[in-house]
Formats: sequence, structure tokens, C-alpha cells
Amino acid sequence: MKVRIKFKKYGVLRFIGHLDVMRHFQKMMRRAEIPIAFTGGYSPHMIMSFASPLGIGLTSDGEYADIELSAPVQSEEAIRRLNAVAADGIEIVSFRQISEEKKMTGMAIVAAADYLVCDRECMTCFGEHTFLKHAASGIEEEPGTCQAAATKASPFFEDWEDYLTQFAAQEEICVRKQTKRSEANVDIRPMIYRLEARENAIYMQLAAGSVKNLKPNLVMDAFFTFAKAQKNQEVSVPLACHRLELYADMGNETEQNLVTLESLGEAIK
Amino acid sequence: MRKLALNDEILLKIEKPARYIGNEVGSVMKNLNEVEVRFAMCFPDVYEIGMSHLGIQILYDMFNQREDTWCERVYSPWRDLDQIMRERHIPLFALESQDPIKNFDFLGITLQYEMCYTNVLQILDLSGIALHAAERTKDDPIVIGGGPCAYNPEPLAEFFDLFYIGEGETSYDELLTCYKEYRDAGKSRREFLERAAQVPGIYVPQLYEPSYHEDGTLAAFTPVSPHAPRTVKKQVAMDITHATYPLKPVVPFIKATQDRVVLEIQRGCIRGCRFCQAGMIYRPTRERDVEVLKEYARAMLENTGHEEISLNSLSSSDYSCLEELVNFLIEEFQDKKINIQLPSLRIDAFSLDVMSKVQDIKKSSLTFAPEAGSQRMRDVINKGLTEEDILEGAGQAFEGGWTKVKLYFMLGLPTETEEDMKEIARLCDRVARRYYEIPKEQRNGKCQITASSSFFVPKPFTPFQWATMCTSEEYVRRAALVKHEFMEQLNRKSLKYNWHEADETILEGVFARGDRRTGKVIEEAYRLGCLFDSWTESFDYQKWLAAFENTGVDADFYTLRERSTDELLPWDFIDIGVTRKFLEREWERAVRAEVTQNCRQQCAGCGAAGFGGGVCFEGKN
Repeated sequence: MKVRIKFKKYGVLRFIGHLDVMRHFQKMMRRAEIPIAFTGGYSPHMIMSFASPLGIGLTSDGEYADIELSAPVQSEEAIRRLNAVAADGIEIVSFRQISEEKKMTGMAIVAAADYLVCDRECMTCFGEHTFLKHAASGIEEEPGTCQAAATKASPFFEDWEDYLTQFAAQEEICVRKQTKRSEANVDIRPMIYRLEARENAIYMQLAAGSVKNLKPNLVMDAFFTFAKAQKNQEVSVPLACHRLELYADMGNETEQNLVTLESLGEAIK
Repeated sequence: MRKLALNDEILLKIEKPARYIGNEVGSVMKNLNEVEVRFAMCFPDVYEIGMSHLGIQILYDMFNQREDTWCERVYSPWRDLDQIMRERHIPLFALESQDPIKNFDFLGITLQYEMCYTNVLQILDLSGIALHAAERTKDDPIVIGGGPCAYNPEPLAEFFDLFYIGEGETSYDELLTCYKEYRDAGKSRREFLERAAQVPGIYVPQLYEPSYHEDGTLAAFTPVSPHAPRTVKKQVAMDITHATYPLKPVVPFIKATQDRVVLEIQRGCIRGCRFCQAGMIYRPTRERDVEVLKEYARAMLENTGHEEISLNSLSSSDYSCLEELVNFLIEEFQDKKINIQLPSLRIDAFSLDVMSKVQDIKKSSLTFAPEAGSQRMRDVINKGLTEEDILEGAGQAFEGGWTKVKLYFMLGLPTETEEDMKEIARLCDRVARRYYEIPKEQRNGKCQITASSSFFVPKPFTPFQWATMCTSEEYVRRAALVKHEFMEQLNRKSLKYNWHEADETILEGVFARGDRRTGKVIEEAYRLGCLFDSWTESFDYQKWLAAFENTGVDADFYTLRERSTDELLPWDFIDIGVTRKFLEREWERAVRAEVTQNCRQQCAGCGAAGFGGGVCFEGKN
């Protein structure tokens, strides 16, 4: 039985890299005694894959890991057991049975991701999201954030919303993208599905997955470069990026139909 | 509210930020308003190394069982962060609370190897604590050292307020309790140190003064306070079955060197190898009850979620219930896909059988530690391992399907001749020959014999504590000679030989048996920029040479000089329970290549029976 786990990652856990989060999950599975299936062979390992690695420094409300069970376990029970043994900063949100099809793993179908980007020195927004809730309630660990929130009244730079609208209205956004071997000019506009101001933050929906993938920092770099050229002054500020959700594309070749990875599973009762 | 000591900008810039954020499963958080004593426990090396150390996990758990005490951890910031902390004046902090170390009551530093000594100074320096104990005020934590290097604390004497000699399970309660009492009564730092000197196992260097003969050797080592005892007695936890053990150890996010459950099955070793300090200072050998170990294994695997368990001891094969324990682990945990690691096993039929069950024969290699190539040399060091044992064990292993064998040796042992050195290569060749005796169709291609040698460093409280060392050039010559002999062997294509650096050996030699005067070399080396000396990429021998030059300390005096058994040694004020007479006797026997039997075969009267338990009284109750 295949299962998709959705989880949040926040607080100091933002400094734990993808591979170490995987290691943490493996140990969590053992501590929670989840009947996870193993590969065969002389060095068996847990059947577990993550939809899309999250960079160091980012927090998230929408991370996904797919696992295979060797025996069924109720969703509610599994969530309870996993949360009881998770480190502070990992919270299991859902645990759902998914299709057995190989091509339906999170890793294979992830197509888009939502992000919120805010000014690290002005984090007064973000009502319901984990990252911001923590900032607002003072649990957020980083000294720069909650204290500095009071010192800077508005985020980014003056009239940033107007510039963002102009930036998003462009037909082409060329950036220098570094690959392993060389640098190349890439048009990132087609990989930006949505881009807009949302209260004091910037919301963006970007291409994600193995075919095309765009990181929010790259968009912000381009935006700062754009605004700097227009305003003729330095505008970049330290950022805090938060992933909100991951999507699969259930549409066809002509029309995109993004659905959350979570919605493709069903609770085990 | 838990704030990190470092901001995002710094944490995103440095290597492995997870080293500095705490929050691991198993780490202990307490309410500051409810604790009276704050203890910072330090392993002066990088996080992944420090987190792998069992002793710290034991003490961390033990301290935190006390309601009035909060013990936190601190490790050496790696060079990248070290530089940032200096530039921006960020004080060193503990992982749990992220509070500056300077605010703590105690800073405990474990001393596991000599090459961490400059890191000790880094810890003090970054914490904003005066390097010299004598210059500290009531605002500074009490700095206490422990671990194997504390058995010769003199090179570090100036930098520590206290040293704890022996096993931590016994005297810390008394020390913490009297600390609270003295602090609450408003007593001075000096008054507390004098009181601490009366706690069993506690050495207060400021209360002793060495004097020297004209030739530089130690003339006297005298207490200068009526509160300081003449000798400091090693502390031993005699009942290790009921001693505290961390059943919920901290589980790091990043991969530590020791990323597994560690079960300490026994403490001490019955073998009595004459080069081995652990074999002497942990006497008498004490076993942990097998039923307790089974319970611990289950609880620790459940609590940590580790996928591997390792048995820890100096010589696992000597644990009397090993077979029972290993069979239990295999039966209980193998279908849960738990790996079982069995280091320090003697290679024989039993261990090969067990290993074939728990590991992939094709991938794994077998390890032998003959330590010396010739039988004569092995008799000198009292390594109770004959060539027959080695060839027999290797033969069985080869027939069982193994093709890779590792062998560990030491060069520069007392009385070593060129013949002894060459025997290292020849022994390896004979192991390879044993492999090729197997008919071609039954064996699995070529075998791979890897030999490594390190240079021997004489350690305090061993029969070799009087031995001389060689010059750096001589060590290199010996390694080259062995290398050359390897090239001469019939099976040279199946043999590989590696050797360790010689320069580091010289420094280890100086500080292992150094006196109080060598402390200024460490300080000078630190000021010149030496740090992480046990890391090849950081080790800078030229700076060390400059440090000796600048301080006028002669390294040769400590390494090359022949010590007579009449000489007063800097660590003689410590009583480890094994008598000096016994060590002298063993030194004499070593020179005559006479073997001394192990503790179970025949008591050699080392003195450890005075502790009233362990192997010394086995079968006598």
C-alpha cells in the first residue's frame, strides 16, 4: 500500500538540508513503528521518496513524502504516532493512501509549487501560515525576524507592489542561470505561473519538478534587478521564503489543471 | 522563546548550519527559572565528532537527571564560523539554550586526544573566558577537564580550574552540591576550589607547585594548600550494571561519525597490552549484566530510531556473555532491518560465524590488530596474538568468502629492530599466501590485504611510560623501510601499505608526557593560529615548530630523553589503582620479551584488585 505524507517544516528545521530530513524521517518511522516496506537485497532500505527537495533556509507548509507500507495503518493513528516522535519543526499534516501506479509518485508528478516570499526584516503579515504564525507569536527563533519586524514598517522598498505588477507584466524575463558547467541566458517567464503581492509578501506559483523547476530566489533576484534599473537604486533585502504547497498537473497538453499532491490521496480509515 | 545565537545570514553562509542550532530529538530543554546549576559540556572538536562520543552522552543524561541542573552541549565551531565569531564578537554559545557559555556555572571539557589542545583554548577564547585559570573571576564558569588525557593534566594545568580524574559517574554529585552550597553562601572562587580539592578524584592544579632539577627533570610536586591531597585517586564506577546509562541519547540531524546506538558492554580490558593506556586506566575490567544490556538495546533502538547498533568495549571477545548477547540481537532485531556492528572482535570461528550473519561478506573487510610484525615484538608489547592465530583466523575467513583483510601495526615500539619492521610486510604476505592456497576455482579473484601503521606514542600509566621515542626523520625512515619490504614480497600486488604522518606523532609525544612547562607551547601555537590539529587539512607543523622556538621549550627533552624508573613523572601524583611497581615490572619484562598472562588466566598483581570488584573477584564469591 502506497501512502503520501504531507508535512510542515518550520523553525530551526529550516537549516536541516533535504538529505538530513530524509534521515530524520527514517528514524521517525522506526520510532513511531510505522510498518514501512523495505527494498530487498543485502542492504535493504525503506521505500520512501520525497516529492521535491526544499532548499536550506526555506520553511514549508506543503512538503510531501511517499512511502510504501507492509501492513495498513489508520491515517489518524499514523499521524498521531509520527507527531509524537517528530522533532520540533516537523509536523505531519496528512497520511493518505495513493495510487499504486509507479508514474504517480510525488516525485514523478510534481509540476508546480506555491511560495510566499517576505522581507526578513519586516514580517508582520501572513496570518495562518506556520512560518508567520511562529514569527507573530514570538516562537520564531531568528533574532533578526520578530524584533526587526517592528523596526521596518513596510517590506521590501517603496512602491514595491507597482514594480511587481510591471515586472510580472513582462513577456520575457531573462536571467543568467548557472548550470553545473556553464552559464546561460534563460527566459524564466514561462515558468512563473502566478506572481502577485499578497499583503506584505510576494506570492508566486512556479514550475517545479524534474522537467522544469524554478526557485523563488531566482525570481526575486530578477525582480530586484528589474526594480533597481527602474529606480536607479539598490533595492534588494534579505528574504525569507516559505513554500505553501506542491501541485501535480492533471490537465492535458493544452490546459494546465493543478491539483495539490495531497488531494490525490484518500484517508485510511 | 528560543532564539538562535546566529542569524540567518550567518547560518546560510557557513558549512553545515545544523551543527549549531540544537533542537535534536533527545536534547534536553529546561526552564531556566527552575535550575540552579548550568553545566556546559564540551567536546573540543567539530559537532559530528563530538556527538559520537559515548562518555558525553552518559554525563549529559546523568546531569540532566538532576532537577537542579541543566546540562547543555557545546562543540568547536568549525573554521568558517570561528572566523565570523571573532570578526563580529559573537560569544560562544551552548546548543540548547543558545546562551553564552560565559553565563554558565561550569564548563566541562572532555580531553580525548592531545591534538585537541589548541581547540580547548579556542573554546575558552571564543567564550570570553580568561585562558589562565589564575586570572578568572567569580563571573567565569568553573572550567573542568576530564577524559583519558586528564590522566596527565599537566600540559593543560594553567588553563583548567579543576580536573576530574576517572569515571564521571561517581563524584559529580558531590561536586555540584558543594558548588551550590559555596556559591549560595557567597564564598570566593578560591574557597570553592579548595573545597573541591577534597572531593575524591578532583585535582586543582592551582593548589600544587612543581619544582625542577637542573637537568630539567621534575624534582618535586607539592601541594601548596593544606586542602590539597598529596595524591588524587582515580574514580571508578564499580557496579556498571546499575550505573546510569543514556537510554534516550541525543539523535543528531546530520550524520555523526557514530550514527548508531552504542551499547557499552564492559569497561576495562583483561589483556594488558603494554602500550595501551585504556587497558591500564580502566582497570579493573567490569562487565555489564547481559539481561540489562538486552533491555537497553531494545529501549535505545525504540527511542532513537537508529538502524544500527554497535557493541562498545576495548575487547568484545572477552565479554563473557557475548554469544548470548549477539544471538539475542540477531534474533530480535534482524528482521527489523537493524544492522549489528561488532568492532574489536578477535577473529575466530565464532566471530566469523556471527559476522557472516550480520554483514555482506563480499563488501566487508576483516580487521586484525597484530600491532607488530614479529612474534618477538608482539611479546614485547604483550599482545597475546600469535602468528598462528592470525593465519588461522584469516584462513577461516578466506574460506568463508571474505577477500579483504585489514591489519593494523605500530612502528617505533621499544626495542624495535629492522628485522621486526620488515616482518610487518612478510606477515602480510603470509596472510596473502594463505589466501592463494585455496584452489583457484573456489576463491573469489584476488585478495586485498591492507596494512596501516601508526607511530607509537608512549602514554602515562603504561609500562612504556619510560620509553624513548624517535625523531621525525627516523619514523619516516622506518616507514620507508617497511614500504620497501612490501615491494619485495611475492604477493605485492595484493598488498597495500599506508602509514600515518610522523610530525603529529612528535607533538602527541610531547603533550602525552609533558609537564606544566609545555602549556606555554600550546598557548603560543594557538596564538600563531593552530586549530583543529587532528585534521590533516588544518595541521600546520611549521607553526608548531615556531611555537617551540618562541617559548624556548625543547621537544626532544620530552620525546627523545631516556627516562629512568627513578625519575619523578609529572603524573605520579595520580593514583590509578594500578601500582607504579607493577608498571616497572612490566617494563622490565617487556625489554626481555616476556609475556604476562591476562587477568583471567592469572592475576599479575597490578593493584586494581584494591577497588574490590570486577574481574579481580570473578568466581570468588
